[in-house]
Amino acid sequence: MSVPILSLITFLPIIGVFFILSIETKRQELVRVTAMIISSVVFFISLPLYCGFDSRTSDMQFVEKLQWIPSFGIQYHIGIDGISLFLILLTTFITPLSILASWHITKHVKEYMIAMLVLETGMIGVFISLDMFLFYVFWELMLIPMYLLIGVWGGPRRIYAAVKFFVYTMAGSVFMLLAIIGLYFLNHRATGEYTFNLLEYYRLELSFAVQFWLFLAFAFAFAIKVPMFPFHTWLPDAHVEAPTAGSVILAGVLLKMGTYGFVRFCLPLFPEASRAFIPVISWMAITGIVYGALVSMVQDDLKKLVAYSSVSHLGFVMLGVFAFNVQGLEGGIIQMVNHGVSTGALFLVVGMLYERRHTRLIADFGGLTKQMPVFATLFLIVTLSSIGLPGLNGFVGEFLILVGAFKSRILYASIATSGIILAAVYMLWMFQRVMFQEITHEENKTLKDLNKRELVILIPFIVLIFWIGIYPNSFLRKMDVSVNHLLKQIGEKTHIVTNVYTQKKGEQSPANSDLKIDIVSDDKTVW
Amino acid sequence: MLNLISLVLLFPLIGTAINGLIGKKLRKETVGYIACGAIGMSFFVAILVFFGLLQLPPESRVFEKQLFNWIESGSFKAAAGLQVDPLSSLMILIITGVGFLIHIYSIGYMHHDKGYHRYFCYLNLFTFSMLLLVLGNNFLLMFIGWEAVGLCSYLLIGFWFEKKSASDAAKKAFIVNRVGDFGFALGIMLIFITFDTIDFTGVFHAASQGNIAVGSFTVTIITLLLFMGATGKSAQIPLYTWLPDAMEGPTPVSALIHAATMVTAGVYMIARCNVLFMLSPFTMTVVACIGAATALFAASIGLVQNDIKRVLAYSTVSQLGYMFLACGVGAFTAGVFHLMTHAFFKALLFLGSGSVIHALSGEQDMRKMGGLKKHIPITYRTFLVGTVAIAGIPPFAGFFSKDEILLEAFVRGNFIYWAVGALAALFTAFYMFRLLIMTFHGKSRVDHHAMEHLHESPKNMTVPLKILAVLALLGGFLGIPGASAINGFLSPVFGEHGHVETHGAEACGSHAACLPYLMMVISTGIAIAGIYLAYLMYIKSPELPKKLAERFSLIYKLLLNKYYIDEIYDALFVNPIKKISLLLWKRVDAQLIDGTVNGVAGFVRGFGSVLRLSQTGYVRNYAFYIVAGCIFIIVFVVFGK
Repeated sequence: MSVPILSLITFLPIIGVFFILSIETKRQELVRVTAMIISSVVFFISLPLYCGFDSRTSDMQFVEKLQWIPSFGIQYHIGIDGISLFLILLTTFITPLSILASWHITKHVKEYMIAMLVLETGMIGVFISLDMFLFYVFWELMLIPMYLLIGVWGGPRRIYAAVKFFVYTMAGSVFMLLAIIGLYFLNHRATGEYTFNLLEYYRLELSFAVQFWLFLAFAFAFAIKVPMFPFHTWLPDAHVEAPTAGSVILAGVLLKMGTYGFVRFCLPLFPEASRAFIPVISWMAITGIVYGALVSMVQDDLKKLVAYSSVSHLGFVMLGVFAFNVQGLEGGIIQMVNHGVSTGALFLVVGMLYERRHTRLIADFGGLTKQMPVFATLFLIVTLSSIGLPGLNGFVGEFLILVGAFKSRILYASIATSGIILAAVYMLWMFQRVMFQEITHEENKTLKDLNKRELVILIPFIVLIFWIGIYPNSFLRKMDVSVNHLLKQIGEKTHIVTNVYTQKKGEQSPANSDLKIDIVSDDKTVW
Repeated sequence: MLNLISLVLLFPLIGTAINGLIGKKLRKETVGYIACGAIGMSFFVAILVFFGLLQLPPESRVFEKQLFNWIESGSFKAAAGLQVDPLSSLMILIITGVGFLIHIYSIGYMHHDKGYHRYFCYLNLFTFSMLLLVLGNNFLLMFIGWEAVGLCSYLLIGFWFEKKSASDAAKKAFIVNRVGDFGFALGIMLIFITFDTIDFTGVFHAASQGNIAVGSFTVTIITLLLFMGATGKSAQIPLYTWLPDAMEGPTPVSALIHAATMVTAGVYMIARCNVLFMLSPFTMTVVACIGAATALFAASIGLVQNDIKRVLAYSTVSQLGYMFLACGVGAFTAGVFHLMTHAFFKALLFLGSGSVIHALSGEQDMRKMGGLKKHIPITYRTFLVGTVAIAGIPPFAGFFSKDEILLEAFVRGNFIYWAVGALAALFTAFYMFRLLIMTFHGKSRVDHHAMEHLHESPKNMTVPLKILAVLALLGGFLGIPGASAINGFLSPVFGEHGHVETHGAEACGSHAACLPYLMMVISTGIAIAGIYLAYLMYIKSPELPKKLAERFSLIYKLLLNKYYIDEIYDALFVNPIKKISLLLWKRVDAQLIDGTVNGVAGFVRGFGSVLRLSQTGYVRNYAFYIVAGCIFIIVFVVFGK
């Protein structure tokens, strides 16, 4: 067994927390530097995951498996495949840059950095867990530091936003917890074994009715997290109140947990139910795309505008995932990364404006290009990437998603494609009002262009924007086998369950079978 | 030599990178040399490639070069690969050739501008994107170029971003183009679903093998969607409105992007996909009708405009309409031929107008010009060549190409196409000579302030004008009826359907054989009539225009206000969307959804606060509950049954 990279990157931030705890509160600079160093080290340690990743197999890689609470069948079981790989890298990439973007924080620096590091552990943990119990622990773990980031270091309405964020997410999580426990007992009924092992669950064959309810429970939790229309209203509030780094991580990583959850749990565990829900989810996604874009258009606050644009972008992701084909799924996963990069960068850009002017109202800006040419260039690139300009990252994801959606339902793709027009409208209009035209406010005449620290933060984002746009194959190749495996998994299972379901239909109506356990055991499915 | 094709792309990209990254620190001269040098070298390579292509036998004049795999996902494969064939090699010659001249001209024109390096960075980037558009060997790569030229157009229209009108125009251009791209993107997806590939070779091969029935629903939808993209980029009805506004950009930009190259991308696209379009007679009819309608519609607006660049802009829209008319009747060669001659004379006219504007320190209103002939003689003479060329007087370039389009429209289409085209030609001759007369002839209406600075442009501006004038004079001979070089050159791309044989060699015996010559006489007559009208109204009796405007005030107002199309679009689309968005935000989001959420929260809190009342903390209350509970149980047990 080689170096346990996954455990290392997951728990190094926690170890860092102890370092920071031992530093005197007064020595703020040292706290910042320590946090920065730790998160950077995590990033560099995570790079071998990419290089060492074997793109020929769909098995979990870098697996570590230890008993944790054997009496309940709970394991410390982690590993990654081509789907989670990039989300982990995205997390380790965004965290140090977010910390660097928090240099101006002076209130409770120590606690702030601790929250950031704990958050990183939670986020990575969610993406690597292969044990459902472990997954749930990490899922809840990351909620707390985020809640604190918004609630302590946020804007004027921070308490309202933080509570809203927390309660919304918790409401979803509760149903998910119920569903996890349900799966736990279902699995025992089927195999006689108590385990939270996700890979074991993949083998379960559940009746449609069971799938239906469990899917609903999981989907509710994830749909809130994505957030899908109409569960999105916590997002604008959370974004507006959160400090810059909070917004970056929220948009960059946290929202991806919802979409990731759909891919990792809902699709392979409940394939038949997922298929049945295609129209519902797709329409929610499409509504989100158009609705998010339209509402985004009329925002006067920059952060709100970006927040609503997230609703639109994540609608694309969901549409791709529920296209149930290679292009849709790969596009969806690439788009998760893209959204993290582009929207993360957008929030950073807005944050840089806020630091200078202490306002985020679009009307307070205008004509900034003249004072800040470098900033203008980078801002424009990020804007264009968000619009989905070909040659930049956003296009690759959006186009693949639309191709995938087009293959499954032409109508969905056609409506969703109108989102690319609207994206241009709200982004360019915003850009025009902020960066072009005459300078109308005296204060804006003395604005300084980007400093070195800000450049260091933004350049990596720009590099990724071009990289994914020009050579997306370096990402697509790695996820290809995993995605195909997932589709095969869904396809096979759907086939079996469909047959059994139709057989049993006469005996029992699925509507009143409720959460009753009716496992299809192996001898029945031999057919 | 064909292998050098990547260099054509590489040079402008290097130019962009240098000027973009360190251009600010370089001297102005250096910036100019780098940008022009890049395009110059690109042009040189394009010539080599052209001759490399000529060395091959005509039927095998296709060269493909794969660079790398761009996007692969399942069966969806898009490569970064280049394709050289007669059509694309002609296009790169036009782009780099005319582009080179315009780059040189820009050195003089933009000399005093603060954003000098930014300008050349964008201009190089544009050239790169445009070359990518025509060289890509699949639909998606073409789409990159397609959107990238749109981006450059956005950046260059909004080059003087402090001006609200400029930044508005830039935004409008991008968004209107996006509407077209919406169709283009869907078209590409449908092509992928239908053919399982997006490579030109694969798609066109499959289509020409008869796998797709002529007039089938799928191919009709595909071509209509592609054409929707073309109407955006090439400014056709109903998406033409951005082009006149695009004149906010620097004039050389108008010449390069909004006259000679980018706006012809739609024509190129249809010509490229001629195999698909030929399979759908319905789409072809739509293309021809839109083309003809746009040609006439835009020309009619051009009749009364007073801004020198706007007249030229509407003229461009109108001329593009001709090209689509040609494509729509299946005369792709004629369309591409007109594309080429138009690139020459329209670039010339725009650069000429730029020279006028430069001489007058920025004045664009023709009512404040006049009598400039003697002050800027070189500009005048070259401009005259361009005007005659566009008006369609033989043997200038515009005559041959426009004449061929009208002929083809008549032969393959019907009388109405021809009549509309001919009327538009009359308008063209009229408004161009109106422009020429108002600008250069008559008494000077220039205000004394501008008069003091009045000067002929420097050499780096006049030399490109002279070269373009020569091209506008001679370019037409590439396609003279009977011995057309361009027909032969392009026939591998368009096959037999690309052009009609003009029977030049046959004796003028039968009625059909005489037609081409008859047509030539008629179209020359139309051009002369237009010119005479302009002479009549603006030199002989200058009071006539005013009288006519008063007499037909309704029509005049309609034309002057461009048929109020912008206002109509605002009322139909822009404002309702804004209103709906506000409604969604304020009502649906804030009140309905968030109201529900807060309502649920409020309910829970209310419920909790009611329950809380029971938790008083007094022992006596709890004792009371216990006693009450006991009594309840006893009563239940005793009387329950």
